[in-house]
Amino acid sequence: MAKTTGFDIKRQYGFTTIAMICFVSLYLPVILLVVYSFNAGSSVAIWEGFSLQWYRSAWANDQVQEATIRSLIIAFWAALISTSVAVLAALATTRVRRFRGYSAVFAAINQPLMVPEIVTAVALLIFFAGIKVQTGYTGLGYLVVAHSAFCIPFAYLPIRARLQGMDLTLEQAAADLYASSFQVFRRITLPQLWPGILAGAMLAFVISLDDVVITEFVKSAGQDTLPTYMLGQLRRVVTPEVNAISTVLLALSVTMVIAFFFVTRIRK
Amino acid sequence: MNDLARTRERRESRNRWLLLTPALVILIFAASGPLLITLVYSFLTAGDYGGIKWDFSTDAWFNVFFQRDIFDDTLSFADAHLSIFWRSVKLSLLTTLGAIVLGFPTAYFIATRPKHHRDFWMLLIMIPFWTNLLIRTFAVMELIRNEGTLNTLLMAISVIDAPLQILFSETAIIIGMLYVYLPLMVLPLYASMERLDFSLIEAGYDLYASRLAVLRRIILPLVKPGLIAGSILVFVPSLGAYVTPRVMGGGKQLMLGNLIELQFGQGRNWPLGAALSITLLAIVMVALLFYVRVAGRERGGHG
Amino acid sequence: MIEISGVSKAYGAGKARVMALNDVSVSIAQNEFFTLLGPSGCGKTTLLRVIAGFVDPTEGTVTMDDDNLLALPPHRRPVNTVFQNYALFPHLTVRQNIAFGLEMLGKPKAEITETVEEMMVLVQMDGMADRQTSQISGGQQQRVALARALAPKPKVLLLDEPLSALDFKLRKSMQIELKRLQTETGITFIFVTHDQEEALTMSDRIAVMHAGSIRQIGPPREIYDQPAERFVADFIGDTNFLPVKIITAQGSEAQVELGSGKRIAARVNKEHSDGDATTLAVRPEHARVVPEADGLMTGRLCNLVYFGTDTHYHVDLDDGIRFVVRVQNNTDMARSAAQGDRIGVTFPAGIGQVLRD
Repeated sequence: MAKTTGFDIKRQYGFTTIAMICFVSLYLPVILLVVYSFNAGSSVAIWEGFSLQWYRSAWANDQVQEATIRSLIIAFWAALISTSVAVLAALATTRVRRFRGYSAVFAAINQPLMVPEIVTAVALLIFFAGIKVQTGYTGLGYLVVAHSAFCIPFAYLPIRARLQGMDLTLEQAAADLYASSFQVFRRITLPQLWPGILAGAMLAFVISLDDVVITEFVKSAGQDTLPTYMLGQLRRVVTPEVNAISTVLLALSVTMVIAFFFVTRIRK
Repeated sequence: MNDLARTRERRESRNRWLLLTPALVILIFAASGPLLITLVYSFLTAGDYGGIKWDFSTDAWFNVFFQRDIFDDTLSFADAHLSIFWRSVKLSLLTTLGAIVLGFPTAYFIATRPKHHRDFWMLLIMIPFWTNLLIRTFAVMELIRNEGTLNTLLMAISVIDAPLQILFSETAIIIGMLYVYLPLMVLPLYASMERLDFSLIEAGYDLYASRLAVLRRIILPLVKPGLIAGSILVFVPSLGAYVTPRVMGGGKQLMLGNLIELQFGQGRNWPLGAALSITLLAIVMVALLFYVRVAGRERGGHG
Repeated sequence: MIEISGVSKAYGAGKARVMALNDVSVSIAQNEFFTLLGPSGCGKTTLLRVIAGFVDPTEGTVTMDDDNLLALPPHRRPVNTVFQNYALFPHLTVRQNIAFGLEMLGKPKAEITETVEEMMVLVQMDGMADRQTSQISGGQQQRVALARALAPKPKVLLLDEPLSALDFKLRKSMQIELKRLQTETGITFIFVTHDQEEALTMSDRIAVMHAGSIRQIGPPREIYDQPAERFVADFIGDTNFLPVKIITAQGSEAQVELGSGKRIAARVNKEHSDGDATTLAVRPEHARVVPEADGLMTGRLCNLVYFGTDTHYHVDLDDGIRFVVRVQNNTDMARSAAQGDRIGVTFPAGIGQVLRD
């Protein structure tokens, strides 16, 4: 065996250690949160045995039930609306020559990504307050519209990416075989676009489900979603019930995100 | 251009705008439009019990930066606002700095893994990012609160006698923001490190550079665009953060987002709130424009 | 001055174990232009990287002036490399690139400035000091890479196929340029290439590598005229391989019997016993086409290929072997044979080389 320095040009001292610290600290708090949701005691730091009591008590809590259902309703509509309009917008802005107003449209679609949430939240509060006074309507519609708006870029981007990667000649071939432009869309474009649409809808659903700030400002009295309910609870003594709710939400998001990764990898 | 082409172009244009209409209607109704109204509100007079009166006034903008003493009417800087501005900028900068210190080695670690492992490591970074921000903040809070896991553990092994009061401090806000925004630093840094040409690093060692010199003189300059992009991506949401300072700062350590909220709650000064949020927006836009320029140069430059 | 002995490098383990270098030993003298020549994957670049310090050998030693090189990390070795893709730092100017090594060595500012200027003149890049490396041509980048590696005045310069990215004409002029630089600076050059012509024109000595080991070391003329084995003969230039039988062998001379039954003197550099069947290598330009009656061997002319400077005669010998004769084209030379003609082939005594295998 030759005596050598074992010099690795890619190595930098301490980098691997810091990276490992990062990975551990990214996951440790969340893992603890999940673990303590199964705690038999009422502490979120001292383990007293396994129990599902906090899941039961969360489920028995009417406010939690209502907030859950409300969250899901809003997320469902927001995902449906934002994905639908995003498909149309993607068709209009992808694979076309740059047209007058292209940049403005692109900026408008991505605005929710750029403007700080608190600014949008305040703007919506001001705007919807005026409408509420004028019309007297205080239903879930405001939340659905607000969520739809900020979900549009999240739905739009994967659809657009999919569309950009699509083979234009397939559509030309279909047109050559006497398909009308609607038939081309229905029979060729849409089936190929489907993974992108699914990915966009899932992302929109997760983003809507997770929103706190805009919901907090737009909601009328008694319209708590799960996240805003939890935000309200944090002011009080924390019991593992909040952990239990978090765990369920977390499981839902992580499932969606992993599914999203796989859907976006479906071969084009 | 002949008639046929012109007709065709007109039809294409009409179809395009028809397709865009639903999205634009929603966005104008629930994103761009309200922003304009906010701008208008910032120039109105505050109502007595919240809301506004339709009288033009620059008071709100004046009050963003200055205050008039109620007794002797002297003009001074709005200390309360400026200190919150300052705290927001300070905490955001510290968060960005922390994200560089932690994110740079992490991105480098991932970029130097074998190709087929890198996606896995990046997925590990991205999963937390796509999960609920409130829950993640809450998870950190549970860890560092007085009765939390960290203090319980430290007391159990007798490192400390009394719990460390971390929560409800500026440190807590930084920890919280660092935790939630770290992936935004790793992502662009990894993107530029992945394209790093390691023969340049070999050349550095060949020319007598030590590890530190290679890091400082070669790696750092080459990934600078990614570093700037990551810094802005962390700095911008930190500056506008609302949930994290509220949860981790416990309503004592206000940041800009909380100050804005205050004007719509107890403060009952909607025009001031509007002016503050337009100010925040302006700062963010400047940072983003800078980002777009850097990103553009990155794409146009080498690589 | 550089002493490489018993160096092996294995990648992987068990069944997947691949020997990139297999027991390589060579010593390279001061002020020598030494070339490692071989096809891609033969281990020549690995050997270069062992010397530079980027690859740790599994076994063996590398010393320079009796110092153990393997004990030093790459940034402590008094060798510099010209990389295949140049590896110029894109964020630095031409001047900053050339100055980099000197700065790392902590040389005083004045000395750095002076050396950089000197180097720019040496590689004929003066006046371009403040250009970005992306703003100069491939040939100029090549010169900067050379200047950068020469600036710290290393004892040994390692060059990893530095000319492969250049176009034909530039490559030709850089070959001469490199040789000039080596003579002027007196630095030992270790040059890696897969291009035999490059190796033959520039080198003092060539080591031909194949499958991780050195097959022959020698001056260009010796490598070309007296290839030790089939691989070397085949890889460098074109060669006709003839099955022969040793009649007598003494020292470096042998009498061999060709397939046609005729006998001729040939060179040999390994002990052979009389009666051994072996292979004789004959370069196409050393052979001649003659009338059938005068031929050492006879056959049918099956193809005539015109190459401008010369013409290749492809002859199917009577024992079934394809033999190529290269004849230089002279304007006064009449076409002596046509396709399908029966002709003879001959070559001078003592010019064929008996191969080792």
